[in-house]
Amino acid sequence: MKSGTVWLRSTGIATLLFLYLPIIVLVVFSFNASRLSAQWQGFTWDWYRLLARDASLHAATANSLVVAVISTVLATGLGLAASMGLERLPGSRARHVLEGALLLPLIIPEIMMGVALLLFFVTVKIPLSLTTVILGHTAFNVPVVMVIVRARLRKLDPRLEEAAYDLGASPWQAFRRITWPLLRPGVLGAGLMALTISLDDFIVTFFTAGPGSTTLPLKVYSMIKSGVSPEINALSAILVVLSMGLVALSLALQRR
Amino acid sequence: MKRFDRASAPPDVQSTGRRAAWSLISPAAGWLTVFFFVPLLIVFAVSFAARGTYGGIVWTLSFTNYLDLLHPLYGRIFLQSILFATAATAGCLALGFPLAQYIAKLPAGRQGIWLVLIMIPFWTNFLVRTYAWMFILRAEGLLNSTLQQLGLIQTPIEVLYTDGAVLLGLVYGYLPFMVLPLYVALERIDRSTIDAARDLYASRWAVFRRILLPLAKPGIVAGCILVFIPCLGAFITPDLLGGARSMMIGNLIQHEYLVVRDWPLGSALSFVLMLLVVGAMALYFRTEAKLIGQGRGA
Repeated sequence: MKSGTVWLRSTGIATLLFLYLPIIVLVVFSFNASRLSAQWQGFTWDWYRLLARDASLHAATANSLVVAVISTVLATGLGLAASMGLERLPGSRARHVLEGALLLPLIIPEIMMGVALLLFFVTVKIPLSLTTVILGHTAFNVPVVMVIVRARLRKLDPRLEEAAYDLGASPWQAFRRITWPLLRPGVLGAGLMALTISLDDFIVTFFTAGPGSTTLPLKVYSMIKSGVSPEINALSAILVVLSMGLVALSLALQRR
Repeated sequence: MKRFDRASAPPDVQSTGRRAAWSLISPAAGWLTVFFFVPLLIVFAVSFAARGTYGGIVWTLSFTNYLDLLHPLYGRIFLQSILFATAATAGCLALGFPLAQYIAKLPAGRQGIWLVLIMIPFWTNFLVRTYAWMFILRAEGLLNSTLQQLGLIQTPIEVLYTDGAVLLGLVYGYLPFMVLPLYVALERIDRSTIDAARDLYASRWAVFRRILLPLAKPGIVAGCILVFIPCLGAFITPDLLGGARSMMIGNLIQHEYLVVRDWPLGSALSFVLMLLVVGAMALYFRTEAKLIGQGRGA
Protein backbone atom coordinates (compact mmCIF):
# COMPACT_ATOMS: atom_id res chain seq x y z
CA MET A 1 0.00 0.00 0.00
CA LYS A 2 2.80 2.35 0.97
CA SER A 3 4.64 2.12 -2.36
CA GLY A 4 1.32 2.73 -4.13
CA THR A 5 0.79 5.96 -2.20
CA VAL A 6 4.30 7.15 -2.98
CA TRP A 7 3.75 6.40 -6.66
CA LEU A 8 0.44 8.31 -6.70
CA ARG A 9 1.99 11.23 -4.86
CA SER A 10 4.93 11.52 -7.23
CA THR A 11 2.81 11.22 -10.38
CA GLY A 12 0.37 13.77 -8.92
CA ILE A 13 3.12 16.27 -8.25
CA ALA A 14 4.81 15.56 -11.59
CA THR A 15 1.55 16.23 -13.45
CA LEU A 16 1.03 19.47 -11.55
CA LEU A 17 4.57 20.51 -12.50
CA PHE A 18 3.77 19.64 -16.13
CA LEU A 19 0.84 22.09 -15.92
CA TYR A 20 2.88 24.91 -14.39
CA LEU A 21 6.42 24.59 -15.76
CA PRO A 22 5.75 25.97 -19.25
CA ILE A 23 4.03 29.03 -17.78
CA ILE A 24 6.79 29.58 -15.22
CA VAL A 25 9.49 29.19 -17.90
CA LEU A 26 7.68 31.71 -20.07
CA VAL A 27 7.46 34.29 -17.31
CA VAL A 28 11.06 33.77 -16.13
CA PHE A 29 12.45 34.20 -19.64
CA SER A 30 10.52 37.43 -20.12
CA PHE A 31 13.28 38.89 -17.90
CA ASN A 32 16.14 37.28 -19.86
CA ALA A 33 18.68 39.78 -21.22
CA SER A 34 19.36 37.83 -24.41
CA ARG A 35 17.06 38.37 -27.37
CA LEU A 36 17.83 35.13 -29.19
CA SER A 37 19.17 32.61 -26.72
CA ALA A 38 17.18 30.30 -24.50
CA GLN A 39 20.01 30.48 -21.99
CA TRP A 40 19.91 32.81 -19.04
CA GLN A 41 21.98 35.92 -19.76
CA GLY A 42 21.00 38.12 -16.84
CA PHE A 43 17.99 40.09 -15.64
CA THR A 44 16.38 42.89 -17.63
CA TRP A 45 13.17 44.93 -17.80
CA ASP A 46 13.95 45.83 -21.44
CA TRP A 47 11.15 43.80 -23.05
CA TYR A 48 8.56 45.36 -20.77
CA ARG A 49 9.94 48.80 -21.62
CA LEU A 50 9.62 48.00 -25.32
CA LEU A 51 6.00 46.94 -24.80
CA ALA A 52 5.24 50.11 -22.87
CA ARG A 53 6.34 52.16 -25.88
CA ASP A 54 4.37 50.15 -28.45
CA ALA A 55 1.42 52.32 -29.52
CA SER A 56 -0.40 49.50 -31.34
CA LEU A 57 -0.34 47.56 -28.08
CA HIS A 58 -1.98 50.44 -26.25
CA ALA A 59 -4.75 50.50 -28.84
CA ALA A 60 -5.21 46.72 -28.55
CA THR A 61 -5.39 46.96 -24.75
CA ALA A 62 -8.00 49.71 -24.97
CA ASN A 63 -10.03 47.65 -27.47
CA SER A 64 -9.83 44.55 -25.26
CA LEU A 65 -11.01 46.49 -22.23
CA VAL A 66 -13.92 48.12 -24.09
CA VAL A 67 -15.07 44.76 -25.47
CA ALA A 68 -14.65 42.93 -22.16
CA VAL A 69 -16.42 45.54 -20.02
CA ILE A 70 -19.40 46.12 -22.33
CA SER A 71 -19.93 42.44 -23.17
CA THR A 72 -19.61 41.48 -19.50
CA VAL A 73 -22.19 44.04 -18.36
CA LEU A 74 -24.60 42.93 -21.11
CA ALA A 75 -24.04 39.20 -20.53
CA THR A 76 -24.34 39.52 -16.75
CA GLY A 77 -27.65 41.40 -17.03
CA LEU A 78 -29.10 39.00 -19.60
CA GLY A 79 -27.75 35.91 -17.81
CA LEU A 80 -28.95 36.99 -14.37
CA ALA A 81 -32.47 37.75 -15.63
CA ALA A 82 -32.69 34.47 -17.54
CA SER A 83 -31.44 32.47 -14.53
CA MET A 84 -34.09 34.03 -12.30
CA GLY A 85 -36.70 33.42 -14.98
CA LEU A 86 -35.78 29.74 -15.37
CA GLU A 87 -36.03 29.34 -11.61
CA ARG A 88 -39.61 30.63 -11.80
CA LEU A 89 -40.66 28.19 -14.50
CA PRO A 90 -41.89 25.11 -12.68
CA GLY A 91 -40.32 21.82 -13.82
CA SER A 92 -41.94 22.00 -17.22
CA ARG A 93 -40.85 20.70 -20.57
CA ALA A 94 -40.31 24.26 -21.77
CA ARG A 95 -37.75 24.76 -19.03
CA HIS A 96 -35.77 21.66 -19.94
CA VAL A 97 -35.67 22.69 -23.60
CA LEU A 98 -34.67 26.26 -22.69
CA GLU A 99 -31.99 25.07 -20.26
CA GLY A 100 -30.43 22.93 -22.96
CA ALA A 101 -30.75 25.56 -25.69
CA LEU A 102 -29.33 28.42 -23.63
CA LEU A 103 -26.30 26.31 -22.68
CA LEU A 104 -25.61 25.10 -26.22
CA PRO A 105 -23.00 27.81 -26.97
CA LEU A 106 -20.82 26.17 -24.30
CA ILE A 107 -20.75 22.86 -26.17
CA ILE A 108 -20.41 23.98 -29.79
CA PRO A 109 -16.76 24.24 -30.96
CA GLU A 110 -15.64 27.86 -30.72
CA ILE A 111 -14.55 27.97 -34.33
CA MET A 112 -18.09 27.07 -35.35
CA MET A 113 -19.42 30.03 -33.39
CA GLY A 114 -16.77 32.25 -34.98
CA VAL A 115 -17.61 31.36 -38.57
CA ALA A 116 -21.37 31.43 -37.89
CA LEU A 117 -21.13 34.99 -36.55
CA LEU A 118 -18.94 36.04 -39.48
CA LEU A 119 -21.47 34.68 -41.98
CA PHE A 120 -24.32 36.29 -40.05
CA PHE A 121 -22.74 39.75 -40.02
CA VAL A 122 -21.87 39.49 -43.70
CA THR A 123 -25.40 38.29 -44.58
CA VAL A 124 -27.18 41.09 -42.70
CA LYS A 125 -24.54 43.54 -43.99
CA ILE A 126 -23.19 44.74 -40.65
CA PRO A 127 -19.55 45.76 -41.25
CA LEU A 128 -17.11 44.02 -38.90
CA SER A 129 -15.96 46.31 -36.12
CA LEU A 130 -15.51 46.44 -32.37
CA THR A 131 -19.33 46.35 -32.11
CA THR A 132 -19.58 42.97 -33.83
CA VAL A 133 -16.92 41.61 -31.46
CA ILE A 134 -18.96 42.85 -28.48
CA LEU A 135 -22.16 41.27 -29.84
CA GLY A 136 -20.37 37.92 -30.22
CA HIS A 137 -18.65 38.01 -26.83
CA THR A 138 -21.97 38.76 -25.14
CA ALA A 139 -23.51 35.71 -26.85
CA PHE A 140 -20.88 33.27 -25.54
CA ASN A 141 -20.79 34.86 -22.09
CA VAL A 142 -24.54 34.63 -21.37
CA PRO A 143 -24.36 30.84 -20.76
CA VAL A 144 -21.21 31.26 -18.66
CA VAL A 145 -23.00 33.72 -16.38
CA MET A 146 -26.05 31.48 -16.25
CA VAL A 147 -24.11 28.39 -15.15
CA ILE A 148 -22.52 30.25 -12.23
CA VAL A 149 -25.59 32.26 -11.17
CA ARG A 150 -27.86 29.21 -11.31
CA ALA A 151 -25.46 27.24 -9.13
CA ARG A 152 -25.78 30.07 -6.63
CA LEU A 153 -29.59 30.28 -6.95
CA ARG A 154 -29.90 26.57 -6.17
CA LYS A 155 -28.23 27.15 -2.82
CA LEU A 156 -30.72 29.86 -1.83
CA ASP A 157 -33.62 28.96 0.40
CA PRO A 158 -36.78 29.71 -1.64
CA ARG A 159 -38.70 30.24 1.59
CA LEU A 160 -36.84 33.52 2.18
CA GLU A 161 -38.41 35.04 -0.92
CA GLU A 162 -41.79 33.49 -0.09
CA ALA A 163 -41.60 35.01 3.38
CA ALA A 164 -41.00 38.42 1.78
CA TYR A 165 -44.11 37.96 -0.41
CA ASP A 166 -46.13 36.86 2.64
CA LEU A 167 -45.13 40.07 4.35
CA GLY A 168 -46.49 42.05 1.44
CA ALA A 169 -43.34 42.74 -0.53
CA SER A 170 -43.66 43.45 -4.26
CA PRO A 171 -41.61 41.23 -6.60
CA TRP A 172 -39.14 44.10 -7.06
CA GLN A 173 -38.84 44.64 -3.29
CA ALA A 174 -38.34 40.92 -2.69
CA PHE A 175 -35.58 40.87 -5.29
CA ARG A 176 -33.93 44.09 -4.15
CA ARG A 177 -34.00 43.33 -0.42
CA ILE A 178 -33.75 39.54 -0.22
CA THR A 179 -32.56 37.76 -3.36
CA TRP A 180 -30.04 40.29 -4.66
CA PRO A 181 -27.95 40.64 -1.45
CA LEU A 182 -27.72 36.84 -1.25
CA LEU A 183 -26.98 36.49 -4.94
CA ARG A 184 -24.52 39.36 -5.30
CA PRO A 185 -21.25 37.47 -4.68
CA GLY A 186 -22.27 34.85 -7.24
CA VAL A 187 -23.21 37.49 -9.80
CA LEU A 188 -19.94 39.37 -9.27
CA GLY A 189 -18.03 36.09 -9.56
CA ALA A 190 -19.87 35.28 -12.78
CA GLY A 191 -19.14 38.76 -14.13
CA LEU A 192 -15.42 38.43 -13.42
CA MET A 193 -15.38 35.03 -15.11
CA ALA A 194 -17.11 36.53 -18.15
CA LEU A 195 -14.60 39.40 -18.12
CA THR A 196 -11.69 36.94 -18.05
CA ILE A 197 -13.12 34.83 -20.88
CA SER A 198 -13.75 37.91 -23.00
CA LEU A 199 -10.25 39.28 -22.38
CA ASP A 200 -8.77 35.89 -23.32
CA ASP A 201 -10.93 35.05 -26.30
CA PHE A 202 -9.11 34.60 -29.56
CA ILE A 203 -11.19 32.51 -31.94
CA VAL A 204 -14.56 34.33 -31.94
CA THR A 205 -12.71 37.66 -32.00
CA PHE A 206 -10.51 36.44 -34.86
CA PHE A 207 -13.59 35.93 -37.07
CA THR A 208 -15.66 38.93 -35.96
CA ALA A 209 -13.07 41.72 -35.65
CA GLY A 210 -12.83 44.28 -38.40
CA PRO A 211 -9.88 46.45 -39.38
CA GLY A 212 -8.77 48.61 -36.46
CA SER A 213 -10.50 46.45 -33.87
CA THR A 214 -7.47 44.38 -32.89
CA THR A 215 -7.71 43.08 -29.33
CA LEU A 216 -4.83 41.88 -27.12
CA PRO A 217 -5.14 38.18 -28.05
CA LEU A 218 -5.27 39.11 -31.76
CA LYS A 219 -2.14 41.19 -31.25
CA VAL A 220 -0.42 38.32 -29.42
CA TYR A 221 -1.36 35.97 -32.25
CA SER A 222 0.06 38.21 -34.94
CA MET A 223 3.24 38.68 -32.88
CA ILE A 224 3.58 34.88 -32.45
CA LYS A 225 3.02 34.37 -36.18
CA SER A 226 5.98 36.63 -36.93
CA GLY A 227 8.26 34.56 -34.69
CA VAL A 228 9.25 33.91 -31.08
CA SER A 229 10.51 37.05 -29.33
CA PRO A 230 11.08 38.12 -25.73
CA GLU A 231 8.42 40.83 -26.11
CA ILE A 232 5.82 38.09 -26.52
CA ASN A 233 7.11 36.49 -23.32
CA ALA A 234 6.69 39.79 -21.52
CA LEU A 235 3.21 40.38 -22.92
CA SER A 236 2.28 36.78 -22.06
CA ALA A 237 3.51 37.27 -18.51
CA ILE A 238 1.27 40.33 -18.15
CA LEU A 239 -1.73 38.39 -19.47
CA VAL A 240 -0.99 35.44 -17.16
CA VAL A 241 -0.88 37.66 -14.09
CA LEU A 242 -4.00 39.54 -15.23
CA SER A 243 -6.18 36.48 -15.81
CA MET A 244 -4.92 34.66 -12.71
CA GLY A 245 -5.75 37.70 -10.59
CA LEU A 246 -9.25 38.01 -12.08
CA VAL A 247 -9.95 34.29 -11.64
CA ALA A 248 -8.68 34.26 -8.06
CA LEU A 249 -10.99 37.18 -7.29
CA SER A 250 -13.90 35.45 -9.03
CA LEU A 251 -13.37 32.15 -7.14
CA ALA A 252 -13.09 34.01 -3.84
CA LEU A 253 -16.40 35.78 -4.52
CA GLN A 254 -18.16 32.56 -5.55
CA ARG A 255 -17.11 30.93 -2.26
CA ARG A 256 -18.61 33.64 -0.11
CA MET B 1 -24.95 16.42 -14.79
CA LYS B 2 -26.98 17.06 -11.68
CA ARG B 3 -30.72 17.12 -12.15
CA PHE B 4 -32.61 19.71 -10.28
CA ASP B 5 -36.34 19.62 -9.66
CA ARG B 6 -37.81 22.01 -7.23
CA ALA B 7 -41.26 23.45 -7.49
CA SER B 8 -40.06 26.46 -5.64
CA ALA B 9 -43.17 28.58 -5.34
CA PRO B 10 -46.70 27.84 -4.14
CA PRO B 11 -49.37 27.59 -6.89
CA ASP B 12 -50.71 31.15 -6.56
CA VAL B 13 -47.25 32.64 -7.02
CA GLN B 14 -46.64 30.22 -9.90
CA SER B 15 -49.51 31.48 -12.04
CA THR B 16 -48.41 35.13 -11.87
CA GLY B 17 -44.79 33.98 -11.90
CA ARG B 18 -45.07 32.30 -15.28
CA ARG B 19 -45.45 35.57 -17.17
CA ALA B 20 -42.74 37.19 -15.12
CA ALA B 21 -40.52 34.19 -15.84
CA TRP B 22 -40.91 34.54 -19.59
CA SER B 23 -40.25 38.26 -19.52
CA LEU B 24 -37.03 37.57 -17.60
CA ILE B 25 -35.89 34.82 -19.95
CA SER B 26 -36.80 36.42 -23.27
CA PRO B 27 -34.00 39.04 -23.48
CA ALA B 28 -31.29 36.35 -23.14
CA ALA B 29 -33.23 33.94 -25.35
CA GLY B 30 -33.65 36.69 -27.93
CA TRP B 31 -29.97 37.61 -27.86
CA LEU B 32 -28.88 34.00 -28.35
CA THR B 33 -31.49 33.53 -31.07
CA VAL B 34 -30.14 36.47 -33.07
CA PHE B 35 -26.43 36.01 -32.37
CA PHE B 36 -26.20 32.25 -32.08
CA PHE B 37 -29.08 30.21 -33.48
CA VAL B 38 -29.78 32.32 -36.56
CA PRO B 39 -26.04 32.37 -37.44
CA LEU B 40 -25.97 28.56 -37.12
CA LEU B 41 -28.97 28.34 -39.46
CA ILE B 42 -27.17 30.60 -41.92
CA VAL B 43 -24.14 28.28 -41.83
CA PHE B 44 -26.49 25.40 -42.58
CA ALA B 45 -28.13 27.28 -45.47
CA VAL B 46 -24.83 28.48 -46.92
CA SER B 47 -23.46 24.93 -46.89
CA PHE B 48 -25.88 24.23 -49.77
CA ALA B 49 -24.94 27.38 -51.71
CA ALA B 50 -22.16 27.92 -54.24
CA ARG B 51 -19.08 30.09 -54.19
CA GLY B 52 -19.17 33.30 -56.20
CA THR B 53 -16.36 34.19 -58.58
CA TYR B 54 -14.72 36.56 -56.07
CA GLY B 55 -15.70 34.72 -52.91
CA GLY B 56 -19.12 35.55 -51.53
CA ILE B 57 -22.20 33.42 -51.83
CA VAL B 58 -24.38 32.42 -54.77
CA TRP B 59 -27.67 31.03 -53.43
CA THR B 60 -28.37 27.61 -54.91
CA LEU B 61 -29.51 24.32 -53.51
CA SER B 62 -26.87 21.72 -54.17
CA PHE B 63 -24.99 19.06 -52.32
CA THR B 64 -21.77 19.85 -54.18
CA ASN B 65 -20.00 21.07 -51.04
CA TYR B 66 -20.77 17.90 -49.15
CA LEU B 67 -19.73 15.80 -52.12
CA ASP B 68 -16.49 17.80 -52.30
CA LEU B 69 -15.82 16.79 -48.71
CA LEU B 70 -15.50 13.19 -49.90
CA HIS B 71 -12.22 14.16 -51.56
CA PRO B 72 -9.40 12.07 -50.02
CA LEU B 73 -7.56 15.24 -48.95
CA TYR B 74 -10.44 16.31 -46.70
CA GLY B 75 -11.05 12.72 -45.62
CA ARG B 76 -7.46 12.55 -44.43
CA ILE B 77 -7.82 15.75 -42.40
CA PHE B 78 -11.08 14.57 -40.82
CA LEU B 79 -9.55 11.22 -39.96
CA GLN B 80 -6.41 12.90 -38.63
CA SER B 81 -8.52 15.22 -36.43
CA ILE B 82 -10.42 12.28 -34.98
CA LEU B 83 -7.11 10.46 -34.36
CA PHE B 84 -5.54 13.53 -32.71
CA ALA B 85 -8.60 14.06 -30.52
CA THR B 86 -8.73 10.37 -29.55
CA ALA B 87 -5.01 10.22 -28.74
CA ALA B 88 -5.20 13.46 -26.74
CA THR B 89 -8.19 12.09 -24.81
CA ALA B 90 -6.25 8.91 -24.04
CA GLY B 91 -3.24 10.98 -22.98
CA CYS B 92 -5.35 13.14 -20.68
CA LEU B 93 -6.91 10.03 -19.17
CA ALA B 94 -3.51 8.43 -18.55
CA LEU B 95 -2.15 11.58 -16.87
CA GLY B 96 -5.41 12.66 -15.25
CA PHE B 97 -6.43 9.41 -13.58
CA PRO B 98 -3.48 9.11 -11.15
CA LEU B 99 -3.69 12.82 -10.41
CA ALA B 100 -7.45 12.69 -9.73
CA GLN B 101 -6.99 9.58 -7.57
CA TYR B 102 -4.22 11.31 -5.62
CA ILE B 103 -6.40 14.38 -4.99
CA ALA B 104 -9.40 12.22 -4.01
CA LYS B 105 -7.27 10.50 -1.36
CA LEU B 106 -6.01 13.75 0.18
CA PRO B 107 -7.55 15.11 3.41
CA ALA B 108 -10.69 17.14 2.58
CA GLY B 109 -9.08 20.52 3.33
CA ARG B 110 -6.21 20.03 0.90
CA GLN B 111 -8.41 18.72 -1.93
CA GLY B 112 -9.83 22.21 -2.54
CA ILE B 113 -6.36 23.74 -2.84
CA TRP B 114 -5.28 21.12 -5.38
CA LEU B 115 -8.44 21.61 -7.44
CA VAL B 116 -7.83 25.36 -7.59
CA LEU B 117 -4.20 24.65 -8.56
CA ILE B 118 -5.44 22.48 -11.44
CA MET B 119 -7.91 25.15 -12.58
CA ILE B 120 -5.52 28.11 -12.59
CA PRO B 121 -3.51 27.14 -15.70
CA PHE B 122 -6.80 26.44 -17.44
CA TRP B 123 -7.83 30.06 -16.91
CA THR B 124 -4.58 31.30 -18.39
CA ASN B 125 -4.88 32.51 -21.97
CA PHE B 126 -4.84 29.51 -24.31
CA LEU B 127 -2.68 31.31 -26.88
CA VAL B 128 -0.14 32.09 -24.18
CA ARG B 129 -0.04 28.49 -22.96
CA THR B 130 0.46 27.24 -26.49
CA TYR B 131 3.14 29.84 -27.14
CA ALA B 132 4.94 28.60 -24.00
CA TRP B 133 5.42 25.24 -25.73
CA MET B 134 6.68 26.95 -28.90
CA PHE B 135 9.23 28.71 -26.73
CA ILE B 136 10.33 25.43 -25.14
CA LEU B 137 10.23 23.12 -28.16
CA ARG B 138 11.66 25.23 -31.00
CA ALA B 139 15.08 24.49 -32.44
CA GLU B 140 16.80 27.22 -30.36
CA GLY B 141 14.40 26.60 -27.47
CA LEU B 142 14.91 25.52 -23.91
CA LEU B 143 14.59 21.79 -24.59
CA ASN B 144 17.16 21.67 -27.38
CA SER B 145 19.66 23.98 -25.70
CA THR B 146 19.43 22.00 -22.45
CA LEU B 147 19.91 18.69 -24.25
CA GLN B 148 22.84 20.14 -26.18
CA GLN B 149 24.47 21.45 -23.02
CA LEU B 150 24.09 18.06 -21.40
CA GLY B 151 25.83 16.61 -24.46
CA LEU B 152 22.90 14.31 -25.21
CA ILE B 153 22.47 15.66 -28.74
CA GLN B 154 24.82 17.47 -31.11
CA THR B 155 22.37 19.21 -33.43
CA PRO B 156 18.89 20.41 -32.42
CA ILE B 157 16.17 17.81 -32.83
CA GLU B 158 12.97 18.79 -34.58
CA VAL B 159 10.14 18.74 -32.04
CA LEU B 160 8.15 21.86 -32.82
CA TYR B 161 5.97 21.68 -35.96
CA THR B 162 5.41 17.94 -35.62
CA ASP B 163 2.33 15.82 -34.85
CA GLY B 164 3.89 15.00 -31.48
CA ALA B 165 3.95 18.70 -30.57
CA VAL B 166 0.27 19.05 -31.49
CA LEU B 167 -0.61 16.06 -29.32
CA LEU B 168 1.42 17.45 -26.43
CA GLY B 169 -0.29 20.84 -26.80
CA LEU B 170 -3.75 19.27 -26.83
CA VAL B 171 -3.07 17.12 -23.76
CA TYR B 172 -1.59 20.12 -21.98
CA GLY B 173 -4.46 22.39 -22.93
CA TYR B 174 -7.34 20.14 -21.94
CA LEU B 175 -5.98 18.07 -19.02
CA PRO B 176 -7.99 20.04 -16.40
CA PHE B 177 -11.21 19.06 -18.23
CA MET B 178 -10.33 15.42 -17.55
CA VAL B 179 -9.15 15.77 -13.97
CA LEU B 180 -12.23 17.53 -12.58
CA PRO B 181 -14.93 14.98 -13.51
CA LEU B 182 -12.57 12.09 -12.65
CA TYR B 183 -12.00 13.62 -9.24
CA VAL B 184 -15.75 14.01 -8.66
CA ALA B 185 -16.31 10.32 -9.47
CA LEU B 186 -13.30 8.99 -7.51
CA GLU B 187 -14.00 11.12 -4.48
CA ARG B 188 -17.42 9.51 -4.09
CA ILE B 189 -16.02 5.97 -3.90
CA ASP B 190 -16.34 4.51 -0.43
CA ARG B 191 -12.76 3.86 0.75
CA SER B 192 -13.90 0.84 2.77
CA THR B 193 -14.68 -1.01 -0.50
CA ILE B 194 -11.01 -0.76 -1.43
CA ASP B 195 -9.87 -1.73 2.06
CA ALA B 196 -12.16 -4.77 1.94
CA ALA B 197 -10.66 -5.85 -1.39
CA ARG B 198 -7.14 -5.40 0.00
CA ASP B 199 -8.08 -7.45 3.06
CA LEU B 200 -9.18 -10.21 0.69
CA TYR B 201 -5.70 -10.11 -0.90
CA ALA B 202 -6.67 -8.33 -4.10
CA SER B 203 -3.59 -7.03 -5.92
CA ARG B 204 -3.33 -3.31 -6.64
CA TRP B 205 -4.09 -4.06 -10.28
CA ALA B 206 -7.19 -6.05 -9.29
CA VAL B 207 -8.39 -3.17 -7.10
CA PHE B 208 -7.91 -0.77 -10.01
CA ARG B 209 -9.49 -3.07 -12.58
CA ARG B 210 -12.40 -4.41 -10.54
CA ILE B 211 -13.28 -1.52 -8.20
CA LEU B 212 -11.88 1.88 -9.18
CA LEU B 213 -12.44 1.58 -12.92
CA PRO B 214 -16.11 0.47 -12.83
CA LEU B 215 -17.04 2.93 -10.08
CA ALA B 216 -15.24 5.83 -11.77
CA LYS B 217 -16.83 5.09 -15.14
CA PRO B 218 -19.27 8.04 -15.19
CA GLY B 219 -16.35 10.38 -14.46
CA ILE B 220 -14.21 8.75 -17.14
CA VAL B 221 -16.96 9.09 -19.75
CA ALA B 222 -17.66 12.73 -18.80
CA GLY B 223 -13.95 13.62 -18.82
CA CYS B 224 -13.38 11.95 -22.19
CA ILE B 225 -16.28 13.86 -23.77
CA LEU B 226 -15.13 17.16 -22.26
CA VAL B 227 -11.65 16.66 -23.72
CA PHE B 228 -12.63 15.06 -27.02
CA ILE B 229 -15.04 17.79 -28.16
CA PRO B 230 -12.74 20.82 -27.92
CA CYS B 231 -9.81 18.77 -29.26
CA LEU B 232 -11.84 17.85 -32.33
CA GLY B 233 -12.50 21.51 -33.09
CA ALA B 234 -8.99 22.66 -32.13
CA PHE B 235 -7.51 25.50 -34.14
CA ILE B 236 -4.81 27.27 -32.13
CA THR B 237 -2.82 24.16 -31.14
CA PRO B 238 -2.32 22.67 -34.63
CA ASP B 239 -1.93 26.17 -36.07
CA LEU B 240 0.96 27.10 -33.79
CA LEU B 241 2.57 23.77 -32.89
CA GLY B 242 1.82 21.65 -35.96
CA GLY B 243 3.65 21.25 -39.23
CA ALA B 244 2.21 21.67 -42.70
CA ARG B 245 0.73 18.19 -42.55
CA SER B 246 -0.69 18.36 -38.99
CA MET B 247 -3.80 20.21 -40.20
CA MET B 248 -7.04 19.60 -38.31
CA ILE B 249 -10.67 20.38 -39.16
CA GLY B 250 -10.45 23.74 -37.38
CA ASN B 251 -7.52 24.82 -39.54
CA LEU B 252 -9.28 23.65 -42.66
CA ILE B 253 -12.40 25.67 -41.76
CA GLN B 254 -10.33 28.76 -41.08
CA HIS B 255 -8.43 28.22 -44.35
CA GLU B 256 -11.62 27.90 -46.40
CA TYR B 257 -13.21 30.93 -44.75
CA LEU B 258 -10.37 33.42 -44.51
CA VAL B 259 -7.79 32.31 -47.10
CA VAL B 260 -9.65 30.61 -49.96
CA ARG B 261 -12.86 32.51 -49.11
CA ASP B 262 -14.95 29.51 -50.13
CA TRP B 263 -17.66 30.13 -47.55
CA PRO B 264 -20.06 27.44 -48.79
CA LEU B 265 -17.40 24.73 -48.50
CA GLY B 266 -16.27 26.14 -45.13
CA SER B 267 -19.89 26.02 -43.97
CA ALA B 268 -20.29 22.40 -45.03
CA LEU B 269 -17.07 21.60 -43.10
CA SER B 270 -18.35 23.42 -40.00
CA PHE B 271 -21.63 21.63 -40.21
CA VAL B 272 -19.99 18.20 -40.40
CA LEU B 273 -17.82 19.17 -37.41
CA MET B 274 -20.95 20.11 -35.50
CA LEU B 275 -22.58 16.79 -36.40
CA LEU B 276 -19.52 14.95 -35.05
CA VAL B 277 -19.71 16.95 -31.81
CA VAL B 278 -23.45 16.40 -31.42
CA GLY B 279 -22.86 12.70 -32.14
CA ALA B 280 -20.25 12.52 -29.39
CA MET B 281 -22.65 14.30 -27.01
CA ALA B 282 -25.49 11.90 -27.87
CA LEU B 283 -23.16 8.97 -27.20
CA TYR B 284 -22.30 10.55 -23.85
CA PHE B 285 -25.92 11.00 -22.81
CA ARG B 286 -26.78 7.44 -23.86
CA THR B 287 -23.88 6.05 -21.84
CA GLU B 288 -24.80 8.23 -18.90
CA ALA B 289 -28.43 7.05 -19.03
CA LYS B 290 -27.23 3.44 -19.23
CA LEU B 291 -24.88 3.94 -16.29
CA ILE B 292 -27.61 5.54 -14.20
CA GLY B 293 -29.90 2.65 -15.17
CA GLN B 294 -27.27 0.16 -14.03
CA GLY B 295 -26.83 2.09 -10.81
CA ARG B 296 -30.54 1.79 -10.07
CA GLY B 297 -30.58 -1.90 -10.95
CA ALA B 298 -27.72 -2.75 -8.60
